[in-house]
Amino acid sequence: MDALGRPPPEIRIEGKGEQVRVALSGDWTLRLLSPLLADIRQRLAQVPQICVWDLGEISRLDSFGSLLLWQHWGRRRPPQLALPDALEPVFARLAALGDASLPATPPYRFLDGTAQLGRMVFAIGHHLIGFTALVGQILLDLAYLLRYRGHWPFLEMSANFYKVGVQAMPVTALVGFLIGVVMSYLSALQLRAFGADVFIVNILGLGIIRELGPVLVSVLVAGRSGSAMTAQIGVMRVTEEIDALTTMGISRHVRLVLPKVVALTLAMPLLTLWGSAVAIFGGMVSANLQLDLSFDYFLNALPRAVPVANVVIGLAKGAVFGLLIALVACYFGLRVKPNTESLSANTTASVVSSITVVILVDAVFAIATRSIGLPYR
Amino acid sequence: MSTFPVELKGLSTRFGQTWVHRQIDLAVPAGEVVALVGGSGSGKTTLLRQMVGLLRPTEGTVHLFGEPLFAGSRRDQLERRRRFGMLFQQGALFSALDVYSNVAFPLREFGVTDEAMLRDLVLLKLAMVELEPEIALRMPAELSGGMVKRVALARALALEPELLLLDEPTAGLDPDRSAGFVDLICALHKALGLTVILVTHDLDTLAALATRVAVLSEGRILAFGPLDEIMNVQDPFIERFFHSERSQAALARGRAER
Repeated sequence: MDALGRPPPEIRIEGKGEQVRVALSGDWTLRLLSPLLADIRQRLAQVPQICVWDLGEISRLDSFGSLLLWQHWGRRRPPQLALPDALEPVFARLAALGDASLPATPPYRFLDGTAQLGRMVFAIGHHLIGFTALVGQILLDLAYLLRYRGHWPFLEMSANFYKVGVQAMPVTALVGFLIGVVMSYLSALQLRAFGADVFIVNILGLGIIRELGPVLVSVLVAGRSGSAMTAQIGVMRVTEEIDALTTMGISRHVRLVLPKVVALTLAMPLLTLWGSAVAIFGGMVSANLQLDLSFDYFLNALPRAVPVANVVIGLAKGAVFGLLIALVACYFGLRVKPNTESLSANTTASVVSSITVVILVDAVFAIATRSIGLPYR
Repeated sequence: MSTFPVELKGLSTRFGQTWVHRQIDLAVPAGEVVALVGGSGSGKTTLLRQMVGLLRPTEGTVHLFGEPLFAGSRRDQLERRRRFGMLFQQGALFSALDVYSNVAFPLREFGVTDEAMLRDLVLLKLAMVELEPEIALRMPAELSGGMVKRVALARALALEPELLLLDEPTAGLDPDRSAGFVDLICALHKALGLTVILVTHDLDTLAALATRVAVLSEGRILAFGPLDEIMNVQDPFIERFFHSERSQAALARGRAER
């Protein structure tokens, strides 16, 4: 007896020669068989070819137990079988199953790998076309909104602005401050070796305002808000909320995509400003502690070292990066199919693509603005 | 064994300030098909979720197979959970796995590693719920609503449960399919000797399946017994629920199906 008070499965082999009788008893169920499976298989193997099977003493038989016997019998009833009427349907079901098998999956061939590669190339093309279509649709919707001013989704824009802008301020400040401190500390070590302490202002000012601030904040926002946008739109696809909107005659682009895009485009320059300011503050504190550079000197030297054009470039980058992150996030969100796998794949694709796009566009910016705002050339 | 597969003792549930259940006592005898009925918001699904331990009651206990649901070590609780299967309203198939892997999942978790055995078991379960082997490699997203329910039933039956819980088994199926599904559950109940507890709004299903009916109203069990007895109970809720013209027609249809 086991813990639940059920009799364990047993095999008794009686008699000799032509008259061998195999009596099975106990519970032939998955629960009781699985711990004894090796033993039971071994016992079954000892049963001679010609014998009488007696299943009369079996107290319970489930599909696992019956399949075990069925497989041992070579998928058919043995010629001499004493089967109680109650167990008849169990074996009838197995007999009905016949030789049913899973549909065959085509084997993997060398050409499949090439085809896979080709599909990936086409997929990139599809993404570009789909993305262009999304941008086009938004432009058409903007034209519509210019004619019907009452339809602007101001409430959603404001809510999104709060979510992606205001609520992102603490984390941006924390990361910005720490990066500022680290940059300042590492640069100070090098600069002191050359006695060029005062140039810390130039390095921090230019580096953070023009380059590091916008990119750093973009990466943060892509991870924080971009993924949230994709997941939100994706889940709305899964729960058919977007279809519900469409049937009410409300454009998903106007009500879902546009507010996110506008909000992030407006919020990102401000976040960039905020993040850069805190990073410079961190650098200033570190410089003060390590190089004894006073706050007064630092703040006076900063406007001289960094022409104001750099601030404009930083803010412009912020706006463009925000626009791209929101568009990419919404594009992948609208591609989600109603299953969990698709949701995770598209959220991953959204974050990876938006960070990649941000860095690519940053390179374009670097080339396009190479003659603007750089002193000492 | 004389113990009840499911026994609720003095069970009360509170959500915020409202009491959903007050002092519910219910013992489901083995081998019966018990239908839980009640108006919307009467806590039928809540009760079902408490039976399988997805929710804990505010007061009182749930006993499964004679033992408290949360008694014993983690191992004991796992053993207990493997003795029942649940069919969720939307099927709750794992959308990342195909049909075959969905049905094989509980078996693999149990420790069946022999692939040939696994394949035959899954095909047998699919045959039991009258599905062709051809759909085994499809993803849940590619199935119709009725097929999803069948696959979910096959998964619930994978570990040969003694107790099967069904949450709205026929909701969202057309009349033809829902009649087919009811027949299927009837046949499985007879073949496997299961105890079945179902929550339903559908009187056709109720009349065709249930050997006993538990009526939930105002947080308590109003009546528990065979359908004919329930019909004779004098109560305004039962009057409205079972004796309206529409209900009578549905019950007659369900009975004819038996």
